[in-house]
Amino acid sequence: MRNALPVLTVVGVIIVIWYIAAIWMNSTWALQMAERLGREMGFTDLVVATMTQDRPLVAAPHQVVVALWDGVFGHAVTSKRSFVYHGFVTLEATLWGFALGIVIGVGLAIAIVHSRAVDMSVMPWAVISQTVPIVALAPMIVVVANAVGVEDRLLPKAIISAYLSFFPVLVSMVSGLRAPNQMQLDLLKTYGANRSQVFWKLRLPASLPYFFASLKVAIAASLIGAIVGELPTGAINGLGARMLIGSQFGQPLIMWAALFGAAILAGILIIVVGAIQRAADRRMGVAR
Amino acid sequence: MTLVILALLIWLVAWWANVRLAETGARAARYAVPVIFGLTILVMWELIVRGLEVSPVILPAPTAIADRFAASLGTLWIDFVQTVVKGAFTGYAMGCSAAVLAAIIIDRSPFLTRGLLPVGNFVAALPIIGVAPIMVMWFGFDWQSKAAVVVVMVFFPMLVNTVAGLRDTDSMQRDLMRTYGASYWQTLLKLRLPAAMPFIFNGLKIATTLALIGAIVAEFFGSPIKGMGFRISTSVGQLAIDMVWAEIVVAAIVGSGFYGGVALLEKAVTFWHPSQRGRA
Repeated sequence: MRNALPVLTVVGVIIVIWYIAAIWMNSTWALQMAERLGREMGFTDLVVATMTQDRPLVAAPHQVVVALWDGVFGHAVTSKRSFVYHGFVTLEATLWGFALGIVIGVGLAIAIVHSRAVDMSVMPWAVISQTVPIVALAPMIVVVANAVGVEDRLLPKAIISAYLSFFPVLVSMVSGLRAPNQMQLDLLKTYGANRSQVFWKLRLPASLPYFFASLKVAIAASLIGAIVGELPTGAINGLGARMLIGSQFGQPLIMWAALFGAAILAGILIIVVGAIQRAADRRMGVAR
Repeated sequence: MTLVILALLIWLVAWWANVRLAETGARAARYAVPVIFGLTILVMWELIVRGLEVSPVILPAPTAIADRFAASLGTLWIDFVQTVVKGAFTGYAMGCSAAVLAAIIIDRSPFLTRGLLPVGNFVAALPIIGVAPIMVMWFGFDWQSKAAVVVVMVFFPMLVNTVAGLRDTDSMQRDLMRTYGASYWQTLLKLRLPAAMPFIFNGLKIATTLALIGAIVAEFFGSPIKGMGFRISTSVGQLAIDMVWAEIVVAAIVGSGFYGGVALLEKAVTFWHPSQRGRA
């Protein structure tokens, strides 16, 4: 909590800058309107005029809050205009991708730790896979999924999410599974433990703190994947699709609200995963 | 069917070779094994696509993609210049240098540092890619809006890393500089910036991928009739999947090359760091 005051100050400064930017960027349009109506405009009028536009260049913070509030509480949860509905669509893809990413990451890590050949063949390609901009692949994955008869948009989005989220899990799990030192490995050898016993009783428990630490990175990557997966694919549901629709149909407020909705969703997911991590660390006895 | 069986046979042989190579532990094996693995995947892809007669609309064979790549070098080059050189590189240079400068300014105030680190960390984890439509609205359809998206995307990861790096010197080292009578700027240039380099390069490496993602995604929200994102979305619409794959190949080469270039630069600049030592 030592950081509460500095953090609040920084957030406050950001909001003030945002308001100033809103006044500055929106003033051109407001001045043009006033000129057309042949009206003089004082500074106060100008400020008011920049805060209340329907299609602002920069939506003022309170406008975004109102649009978000309206999107979350103003409509039935099942309505297509509700952010809860769209957020849920995105969340579903995120969580499936997250789960898939964990399975792939942990599976590959186990294979890598147990076989030198897998380590040497797969690891360089896993690194290269992350330098390839996934968005180039995203439309492709959707088309292929459609062509092989998957109508649902959930699967392609989940694959994109998994592509982004498996890597942090893989890297952490490889270091985690290799964390036990020679002394501990030797001890198990003197007990006459075989490979699977070493894995279950030593390597796996030793890797769990690494695993939980990687989840926070993975869930953030996973959400980005789900949103990116909605952008180029003509999706009509989901937060990413709301941004696209807001941009194409000239409703910037929806766009801004969807952006902040996505940010809030990301915040909630990170906090939840962080809580899981701390709980797990306490159970494992590694919490500080 | 024979082709599919052949593919499986090749897989088994290549895998056996890789296992043997990996066991030798020779230096050459470190490069040979991944290359053999990659080539095997390509050969299997080719053979299975031909063997099962997969429609080119679903998955074209590697040779078909290579044909298309060679046939449309001109288009690919135009897209590369538009998206990568104008959009991604410009934004990358502007965003990263702005972030480093901002970090140096923020670093002078411990209060700001403590406030900005958590906020910056949080923002770096957000799906910032969503600002793409806003930037397209502000800066129009051409590359300026793409560069702007890239600036916003790379700024926070870069800022957080640089701030963390500038705090990486310990009090002993700073005290030494003080006993030399070094000024703030001398300490910054001779001690703290060099010490921050591993962190800065970490940020620069993360930012390479983000820059390409930002530049391509921003094109989905509106672009002139060139650019990789534009070409991908229109080619998908025309079911010209081989063209999409050709663009993916370009993206993969650029992405790995960009990352590799920054990594090489890192090696040259931070040769003194433990993580780089002993890696000739």
